[in-house]
Amino acid sequence: MWEQIRINKRNSMILLTAMAGLLLGLGGLLGYAFVGPQGVGVGILIAGGVWLLLTLISFSSGDQILLASSGAVEVTPEVHPMLFNIVEEMKIAAQLPAMPKVYIIPDPSPNAFATGRNPSKSAVAVTEGLLAKLNRDELQGVIAHEVSHIVHRDILFVTLAGIMLGTIVLLADVFLRGTMYGSHRRYSGRDNNNAQGLMIIIALVAAILAPLMAQILYFALSRKREFLADAGAVRLTRYPEGLASALEKISGSKIPMETANKVTAPMYISSPFRGRQASLFSTHPAPEDRIRVLRAMMHGANYQDYDQAYRSVTGKSGIIPASALKDSEAIPTRQADTRSEPKPQPAAKAQQRILFGDFIRKQQGFAFIDCPCGVKLKLPPNLPTNRVQCPRCKTVHTVTQS
Amino acid sequence: MAGLGAMMMMFLLLGGLVLAAAVVVIGIYNGLVGGRNQVDNAWSQIDVQLKRRHDLIPNLVETAKGYMQHERQTFESITQARSQAMGAKNVAEASKAEGALTDALSKFMLVVENYPDLKANQNFLSLQETLTSTENKIAFARQAYNDAVLTYNNKTQMFPSNIVAGMFNFTKRDFFEIESTAEREVPKVKF
Repeated sequence: MWEQIRINKRNSMILLTAMAGLLLGLGGLLGYAFVGPQGVGVGILIAGGVWLLLTLISFSSGDQILLASSGAVEVTPEVHPMLFNIVEEMKIAAQLPAMPKVYIIPDPSPNAFATGRNPSKSAVAVTEGLLAKLNRDELQGVIAHEVSHIVHRDILFVTLAGIMLGTIVLLADVFLRGTMYGSHRRYSGRDNNNAQGLMIIIALVAAILAPLMAQILYFALSRKREFLADAGAVRLTRYPEGLASALEKISGSKIPMETANKVTAPMYISSPFRGRQASLFSTHPAPEDRIRVLRAMMHGANYQDYDQAYRSVTGKSGIIPASALKDSEAIPTRQADTRSEPKPQPAAKAQQRILFGDFIRKQQGFAFIDCPCGVKLKLPPNLPTNRVQCPRCKTVHTVTQS
Repeated sequence: MAGLGAMMMMFLLLGGLVLAAAVVVIGIYNGLVGGRNQVDNAWSQIDVQLKRRHDLIPNLVETAKGYMQHERQTFESITQARSQAMGAKNVAEASKAEGALTDALSKFMLVVENYPDLKANQNFLSLQETLTSTENKIAFARQAYNDAVLTYNNKTQMFPSNIVAGMFNFTKRDFFEIESTAEREVPKVKF
């Protein structure tokens, strides 16, 4: 049943093909505008070549680039045992072949994303803000949503489509700059060629419109996938309320993400930009809609239940691919989980932050000295001196680390 | 001459049909093998988590004992349920024994509420998270296993794959239901 929702993504394939058509068409048009009819093939080749090159780069190291650009740090289980446990729980529920790597992003804005081309090599990253805000069930909902992205191979799709979008923007940009600065000299001498003059105008219009169209396609694809990942998350956790209340908390936060941009945005669980209305250009559905759909799931946790809730909330026809709906075995939701949370413990949360801070410092080469008076000295690398005085008890310590 | 041509046609047609049937049978067979492997794999996941729970219990009991002198009976029922679960020989037996263990642990976790000192113990808190997570993992592994069994069983019973299943002796598998008196659906520990 996991396979089905993955395979049956005809709409996504159509969108992707449309974007490819847009890209190659733009390339051909630009070739014609620059060189004439014989330039069409070259233009298409160049557009395809740039796209292929960027795709290859992102396939070899795209997830690393994304993780690095968001400032994510890979952590060990000791840094946050609960987060690791939850990821492992979802790995088991989704029958992933391997445990995803776990990253924490030092950012106060609550958010999360997943990367990795295939389920056996994946990673999930969550922000510190998310860990601070959510309880166990909510965090489980978020991780389940991310794991669903992995299972559905959404990351592959987002990468392919995102790079196409990037290439289209790049080509259009190069063309627009080229015509703006160099058009007079280059083209005025050939004004006997009317057809080419016309083509230049068409190409100009296309260069302005293509990136917009590509964005609309890209974001439509991304929004649909968010709903599907929500449906997958509920199927994994059997507990729609966890994800619903997590989305509520996340969308209620006013802190924008510092390290996200429009192309990487679809990877996140909730749009990293704040205070915008849902429109043709949003990467995510309005969180209110997602929450309402989740809360409308009264009877069960399978795809049919989600589809039904989606239809009754949005008034549209369904969202889940028909073949995935054929699995109609009833899946009951579970009750609220009252067991796990030993009520809000600010001390423990603070402890968690210190632990993560120390983990990052250790990676940066900090030295730690435990003073007998109870103070823990954290010393940056390359100190000018190797003798340090404890600020509380004035004991002088010798730094042994290089 | 015409008769020979017609014969050839017949042979070709027959050969084509046999070939097509063989392809279909091979496809169904492979699907059944895949389904069976998924069931086995999902079962081993449950097994891993159940073992982890068994390993966790001595530690838990050891930590809690110092704080809970008057709860000998609770500890005894946990230890007994554990050894029974560890000795289980088949799925049905394991279901029953693990259910009893889940119940015993739920009761234990209810009693813990009366011991604030224990609940403040750092070691116990981390054990508590491990136990919660292990209970969840058992539940999720069971969920994945039962999903796999359902898909596989459907294949062995529905036409036409049931014919291939019968030919190659693919038999129906048992669901893993944890027989808990407190809660049948999800094993739960109240903290």
